Amino acid sequence: MNGLYDNEMKLEFTSKTSNEAFARVAVAAFVSQLDPTIDELSDIKTAVSEAVTNSIIHGYNDEEGTVKVVCKIFLDTVQIEISDNGKGIEDVEMAMRPLYTSKPDLERSGMGFTIMESFMDEVKVESAIGFGTKVLMKKKISQKSDELTEERSSEEHINNEGENLKYIDDTTEEKIKKDIKNILGA
Amino acid sequence: MIIDYKKETKTLILRVTEEIDQHTADRIRRKLDSEIEIYTPKKVVFDFNGIEFMDSSGIGMVLGRYKLVRMLGGEFEIINVNKRLKRIFDMSGVSRIINIKDEESEKNEWVI
Repeated sequence: MNGLYDNEMKLEFTSKTSNEAFARVAVAAFVSQLDPTIDELSDIKTAVSEAVTNSIIHGYNDEEGTVKVVCKIFLDTVQIEISDNGKGIEDVEMAMRPLYTSKPDLERSGMGFTIMESFMDEVKVESAIGFGTKVLMKKKISQKSDELTEERSSEEHINNEGENLKYIDDTTEEKIKKDIKNILGA
Repeated sequence: MIIDYKKETKTLILRVTEEIDQHTADRIRRKLDSEIEIYTPKKVVFDFNGIEFMDSSGIGMVLGRYKLVRMLGGEFEIINVNKRLKRIFDMSGVSRIINIKDEESEKNEWVI
């Protein structure tokens, strides 16, 4: 951690579609510390799935490579960076157009970037031919604690050093457990 | 995924049981296409009951099966879609061409 961010995590994995579920669940588990709503968590999972699929299918064209995910938390905002060293996108603007796809034969719908843009607050794409593509997404997590200060205070515990420890609530924990079970069972 | 074929009505029912992304969509596509080829059903029903996650891979997978079934002269229907999935189908225009019954509408129970 470099001091600029409250928290940070990095993932690297082989460009296999079987890793899509792993990537979105890992990011969701990390983001859970911000106490997001179920909808916010689903938005993030869907956006991560889209970007990771793009890297695997388009960036590496199903050849083996590495997909990187860097996730940073700054106050109540999560920033997710998904990058590959694949072939890059020739025309980013065109790629981001709804329903545009370079792979209709694979039944790709051309909705990936549109979904990322509508589910996240901000999406930026940087790409260089032959070097790869980086997708940067940001989303502000609604602070449930602002509205439910009283409820929250009962969830906070003070340890010996006087630090606040926030516990993941039961529903989030159940959701993560279910996700992990799904992956292991798949 | 669970696939049922009802002889009497020539209906093929696909119950999706996994999260839908590029990986699972490929698997569903391969399995379902071979079943459609075997039976040439009059009607194909996608049952999304209990499915909480689908990314855009699901759109292509559904549209591809829709085209195939229509080409063979059959009907195509999607049932038990939750709000999230409905939003994705709406965004991509799928709901304008395919008959979608969401969770709020009458419960579609298929008794085996």
